[in-house]
Amino acid sequence: MPVTSTIGLGEVLKKNRESLLADWSRDLAGALSRQKDLIRDSELKGQCADFLDQLIRATQSGEVANIQGPHWAGIRDLLNKISASRAVQGFTPTETATFVFSFKKPLFGRLKQEFGQDVEGLFRETWSASLLLDELGIYTTDVYQKSRENVINRQQREMMELSTPVIKLFDKVLALPLIGTLDSARTQTVMESLLKEIVASGSEIAILDITGVPTVDTVVAQHLIKTVTAARLMGAECIISGIRPQIAQTIVHLGINLSDIVTKATLADAFEIALEKTGFSVVQARPEE
Amino acid sequence: MERIPILRMGDFLLVTIQVDMHDRLAMTLQEDLTRKIAETGARGVMIDISALEIVDSFIGRMMSHISSMARVLDAKTVVVGMQPAVAITLVELGLSLKGVHTALTVEKGVRYLEDAAGARGRGRTNGRHPK
Repeated sequence: MPVTSTIGLGEVLKKNRESLLADWSRDLAGALSRQKDLIRDSELKGQCADFLDQLIRATQSGEVANIQGPHWAGIRDLLNKISASRAVQGFTPTETATFVFSFKKPLFGRLKQEFGQDVEGLFRETWSASLLLDELGIYTTDVYQKSRENVINRQQREMMELSTPVIKLFDKVLALPLIGTLDSARTQTVMESLLKEIVASGSEIAILDITGVPTVDTVVAQHLIKTVTAARLMGAECIISGIRPQIAQTIVHLGINLSDIVTKATLADAFEIALEKTGFSVVQARPEE
Repeated sequence: MERIPILRMGDFLLVTIQVDMHDRLAMTLQEDLTRKIAETGARGVMIDISALEIVDSFIGRMMSHISSMARVLDAKTVVVGMQPAVAITLVELGLSLKGVHTALTVEKGVRYLEDAAGARGRGRTNGRHPK
């Protein structure tokens, strides 16, 4: 009968709570000895106690097969919290899952004591407990993965915000230092902020500096051309500067046609052209000594 | 039927698009404008699209057609005041409007037309062109 068996697990847990907790936290501290500096012993012990209490409460409900059920909400919340904090603290997924899996050894030991000669009962309980802990362990990994993805997404967003400053160099001259690889999403942001700034400042010339762009392939070149074309449609002229020799070679080898666009090797050269076009020139005020 | 007004300013024609363009309207504008250029002998056309917020490929092509037609009739065309969103849309549609001159503001557009007309009409003596 499945009903009696599940109640059995709950009772075993309840009866042996203290000794289980002691064994488990000792094992866990041993397994995580490398991470001593990441988490305090007291904190770890607290998490173990919480987990055990929630597990007792959940198993007493009698529903062991499905950890998505309502009785398991408490333990899921707890694991969510633990996994998320582990991900931030810098634990590996293995170490995070070990938190749950390491509970098997003390639990199976207690089950053996409780059932003694009842081999069939022992096997049944061990099997269902093992399934349950496996599910909980995998659940931890899932949550860990998700919180890691959140971290990555956040960083990506932050990078996006960081990487597109539009600088006013001079009256009616804007500069846009591009750093990192240009993908479609970034080009879109770059284009939008550049065009907005052109309107706001009434600039006639924009310098796109690609010194910080590591490689230029056909896609990146296409994005650059798009940006230049859009700026031209608005009535501003674009100069591309910071083209390194290797990049010049790649551009020619790939057969990219930049002949409609003014290109310069350095930002300084581009700035000079920009000044010339807006009707200014740089003159040395004092003769060199 | 609604029409887009074409204003005459000296040697130039000024078209201000203030409503959303639909295809029929665009065709009418194209006809009206070419007729007006021929009638007045205008030297330049300025199309102000600062109020235009939506474009499609048809309107984009119409702009470059108008520019080409005006060139055949010996008038320069300048498109002024394009919104960033419109510029991005046109680029994404693959319309780079090659051969269409653009300017950021009406003021700059006028200066361009004057320069272009001045450079060409310097030899003329009938005094029709200011300065």
